[in-house]
Amino acid sequence: MSKELIRLTDCVVKYDDEVVLDRLNLYINDKEFLTLLGPSGCGKTTTLRIIGGFQKPTSGDVFFDGKRINDLPPHKRKVNTVFQKYALFTHMNIFENVAFGLRIQKRPEKEIEQRVEEALELVNLPGYGKRSVDSLSGGQQQRVAIARAIVNRPQVLLLDEPLGALDLKLRKDMQVELKKIQQQVGITFIYVTHDQEEALTMSDTVVVMDKGNIQQIGTPQDIYNEPKNAFVADFIGESNIIDGTMPEDRVVRMYGKKFACLDGGFAPGEAVDVVIRPEDIDIVPVEQGQLTGTVTEVTFKGMHYDIIVDFQGFKWLIQTTDYSPVGARIGVKIDPDGFHIMKKSRYSGMFGDYSSYSSEYDELNEDTEADDEE
Amino acid sequence: MKNKAISYPYIGWMGIFVVAPILIITLYAFTADAGGFTLANFRDMAQYASAFGRSFLLAAVATVICLLMGYPLAYYLARETGWLRRMATMLIMLPMWMNFLLRTYSWKFLLERNGLLNAFFGLFGLGPFQMIDTQGAIVLGMVYNFLPYMVLPIFSVIEKIDPKVIEAAQDLGADSFTVFRRVTFPLSLPGVLSGITMVFIPSVSTFAISRLLGGSKTLLLGNLIDMQFLGSAYNPHLGSAISLVMMVIVMVCMAVMNHFGDGEQGVTL
Repeated sequence: MSKELIRLTDCVVKYDDEVVLDRLNLYINDKEFLTLLGPSGCGKTTTLRIIGGFQKPTSGDVFFDGKRINDLPPHKRKVNTVFQKYALFTHMNIFENVAFGLRIQKRPEKEIEQRVEEALELVNLPGYGKRSVDSLSGGQQQRVAIARAIVNRPQVLLLDEPLGALDLKLRKDMQVELKKIQQQVGITFIYVTHDQEEALTMSDTVVVMDKGNIQQIGTPQDIYNEPKNAFVADFIGESNIIDGTMPEDRVVRMYGKKFACLDGGFAPGEAVDVVIRPEDIDIVPVEQGQLTGTVTEVTFKGMHYDIIVDFQGFKWLIQTTDYSPVGARIGVKIDPDGFHIMKKSRYSGMFGDYSSYSSEYDELNEDTEADDEE
Repeated sequence: MKNKAISYPYIGWMGIFVVAPILIITLYAFTADAGGFTLANFRDMAQYASAFGRSFLLAAVATVICLLMGYPLAYYLARETGWLRRMATMLIMLPMWMNFLLRTYSWKFLLERNGLLNAFFGLFGLGPFQMIDTQGAIVLGMVYNFLPYMVLPIFSVIEKIDPKVIEAAQDLGADSFTVFRRVTFPLSLPGVLSGITMVFIPSVSTFAISRLLGGSKTLLLGNLIDMQFLGSAYNPHLGSAISLVMMVIVMVCMAVMNHFGDGEQGVTL
């Protein structure tokens, strides 16, 4: 990865007594696709607004290319923003919307025309210049918003849940397209979303946030495979999180039994959170199972079944292509690499039990979650 | 629509009190006392050309002053929050709760030769100034009475502008003046146009303000019409003709302005 471009050090944002950002430290590399991921109110949008210059940190510093930019107003920063609900200028046509930044820079008319048309081509809207904003669909308006920002050739593009208002199919297309655009123009993208799938699909680096704190920074693979705590494990994908202990390296103990795993480095007998992803669990006949439980719910999901299995009162989610009827006794087998062991954190015990399965699952799939962060 | 019937009372009202009077005025305007079609009323109107000119000029001056004072106020209020805004909105609305004539009478009392203002200036050995019975007093009365109708529509339009759009403009490199010139002002134009309409039309046809503050010398259209119906120069046919012409001129003005407004949008939209 290339050189560091943006650095936030000890950034705190407080409204009255409410702490929105709590001593946030983050650096962002040049040409990186970085995603700030978290639930509503986690501080991700606030972080973006600090970088854009719309929000001053209560304390802490913001550096751009080594220079402190705390007091630099938005119009003097080398970043451009794609806003959540596009925020297009409805009194101008598409061409003038995209040309807005260039006109302010007083570029010659010829150059403006050429660059606007290039930008519209980049977002797949060639020849749309004369149209009015209202005549475009949501997806097209979003593309205009991207073109309007990118035409200025910023060093950094900030994107605040840009796909939040689009339907699922369009959103998937736009994810791929955004990634492509980012690679084509070769600039840093800082992307804010509450959609974990979006984050995993597009990012080079994912920053998982909650309650004004960074929970984990890493590649999508790291975040998914090696979550640092129960919050991250639960927020990214589905996780069964079970209390366990580590009697020794590479052995984890839960349900009074020992299982082979690949993790180590814990104090002997240390209490830990054990993460088991629903797709890492194999269903086997009862007599071959490491554990046995009773199926309590089955949901057909298309590619697989979600089944909820009761293991001594603690309910797991298992994703499988094999159908098991409700009430069946089944055995399960988990390979050593199916376990991920985490140190206890303040999130321990809050996530990872599927007893209240349906409601929780719905909540996690909430695509249109209103993000009311200020 | 199934519930069309609920609009019948209003349609009936409109028919009796809006459409019928316009028809009657039109009829009167084209007839003479003795009956029969004539254009004489319109010919007679020529002698009052100065009243026409004065009315439109004073109304235009009042409208411009209202705009110059009202826009900044509306802009400021729309950006303000909390008690200050509530307070200011209240102060703008408050005079509107009191009868228009009463408020205009009180200006008469303030501006009179022996009125409060001249008495005050007298304390410093100044004056007395001739304030009442001037065109300035009429414009003052118009501005005072109609300013809220300029502020409120502009205020409500600016208030509804998405702050994200302003941020987007800043983000694209616009300083605050450019944001105003390229974004806020163009987006607030609908409010400006309806403000202008709501100040200009009552101003151009006022007769109470000019009668109370303008004295007998300054004849405006409203007074002229008033005279033809209720005053010394009793001639409802001429009065109708003047009303009709005034209405047409106002409608043309509005049409031109709205077209200009649309055009503005058309160019940039």
